[in-house]
Amino acid sequence: MISRLPGLSFSERVWSTAQRWAVAWWRIVYLGAVVLVLVLSPSSYGRGTRKALARHLYLDTAPVLLGFTVLAALISLVLTRIVVVTALSYGLSRYALEMLIRVLVLELIPLTAALFVAMRCTIPNGSQLADLRRRGRLDALTQQGADPVRVELLPRVVAGVFACVTLAALSCVVALVLAYLGVYGFTLAGLPGYTRMFGHVFSPSVTLLFVLKTLFFSLAVALIPMAAGLHDTGEQARPDSELGGLARMFAVLLLIELASLMGNYY
Amino acid sequence: MNDHLRTPPPVPPAAPASATPGAEVQAAHADVLRPVAYLELKAAALLLFTLALIVSSGLYLLYARGAFEATQTLVLTADDSEGVVVGMDMTFSGFPIGRVQRIELADTGDVRIVVDVPRKDAHWLRESSVFTLVRGLVGGTNIRAYSGILADPPLADGAVRPVLRGDATSEIPQLMASARELLGNLNTLTAQDAALGGSLANVRALTERLNGPGGMLGVLMGNDTDAKKIVVTLERTNALLARLDGLAARADKQVFGANGSPDALLPEVRATVAQLNGLLADTRTSLKKVDAVLVEAQAIGANTREATTDLGALRAEVESNLRKVETLVNEINRKWPFARDTELTLP
Repeated sequence: MISRLPGLSFSERVWSTAQRWAVAWWRIVYLGAVVLVLVLSPSSYGRGTRKALARHLYLDTAPVLLGFTVLAALISLVLTRIVVVTALSYGLSRYALEMLIRVLVLELIPLTAALFVAMRCTIPNGSQLADLRRRGRLDALTQQGADPVRVELLPRVVAGVFACVTLAALSCVVALVLAYLGVYGFTLAGLPGYTRMFGHVFSPSVTLLFVLKTLFFSLAVALIPMAAGLHDTGEQARPDSELGGLARMFAVLLLIELASLMGNYY
Repeated sequence: MNDHLRTPPPVPPAAPASATPGAEVQAAHADVLRPVAYLELKAAALLLFTLALIVSSGLYLLYARGAFEATQTLVLTADDSEGVVVGMDMTFSGFPIGRVQRIELADTGDVRIVVDVPRKDAHWLRESSVFTLVRGLVGGTNIRAYSGILADPPLADGAVRPVLRGDATSEIPQLMASARELLGNLNTLTAQDAALGGSLANVRALTERLNGPGGMLGVLMGNDTDAKKIVVTLERTNALLARLDGLAARADKQVFGANGSPDALLPEVRATVAQLNGLLADTRTSLKKVDAVLVEAQAIGANTREATTDLGALRAEVESNLRKVETLVNEINRKWPFARDTELTLP
């Protein structure tokens, strides 16, 4: 990144890169705060915005819901089978179910859902936003007296968060059901023990961390590509902002995952 | 930056000079915004679906955590809370019937393990129930309840019970020490110059001697000479037995005699018995005669008894006659003129 700035001394290049890095992160944080304020203010849900919101909400979630659920079910099924068979061969089958729930529901599915939503919805939405910006739609909105953030960005961010949460919730439920079926088969006899074990795994602290993690995943996935799409990169006007946004998004996801792991297991 | 967010630079880079930027953006936007049938309904349904999913998951979690169950509290006191964590189960016959709610340190330094027991499972716990805290080698610590007498009164809410600790890992050093001692003993036993080796050598020598010419007898007597003596003794015993056999035959002959021989003991005995029989018959006859004499003596006795009865009557009669005579004499004495003057005459 530093080497791509020709004609400048090393210190100038470092300074310029650091500046760009700081500006990009600050934009993400600032946009997050703006979106949070807009989400919480009732005036954001006027007639026009509500329609756009409903449209994005539906179009970002519904088409991918079935596909992702099937994918999550398949992953759950395969992992359940592997874990159960392995645990059985080591004589640790009573720990298999707990491990499955921890691995699948607590760790894998929220991350997979966030990545899926990012690939399917928010990154395309981000590039759409960048396209709109390049075409001058945002400027036109500003000239008309409307807030482009409220009109174009907010519905996309809310839709991204919603898609992420819905996908994660549905896949978690499907994974729980499949894990139960994979271990006990089609019988209700294991339900009391399963429920008890579920309650044992989801202690208040683990539940809180799980909810926070899913929420922050969805926020990161929904916000960062939008922030990258809303702003250009600066004086060079090169279209690397989307890729940079992607890298930042992955970094944030990694940090959130690390934090949640530390919270859960340390 | 904030200004940039609010007022983006009004430079559309790709806009041609001939067309107005607004018209093109509207056209592009119209491409993107295809109409969706029943959009608001679908969006609301999706929202409701997600909401229902999250709420039902939350409710299931609350149910799984026992939030909707009426519980009673049981306080277990222990001297060490190692391995006990909040949320762990208390089992009865392998079934979880309670959950550790809180662990606290009492003023006395003991550990108080507060266990929530659902009311529907509380009937397994009785006044006489025993609680154990067992740490296994593999897996976590277990709190177990044992109720020996299910007819006892049920355990009250808030009851405080001591918990018995059983720690498998704490016995490992002791077990290792014992195992080492055992192995040492085994080593001593199986050493080259150990007593066991000597014993085994002796056993081998013994077996060889058992298989040898003397056999068991040689082993028992210690040397061959004594074993030969035993054999000689046996032979002499055999000879003795043969002589005893002859003796018995001779005695037989003397007692029972050969056919027609007069010197046998048994025919004489038989004759004597016949004579004794005759003697007994005579004795029986004499006894019969004595019997008859006795019958007669009995008759005499009876007559004498009758006579004695008559004598009684006679005596009574004599006595009455005597009384009459006495009465007569008294009468005569009263009426007699020479009777004594009984009257007193005053001068």
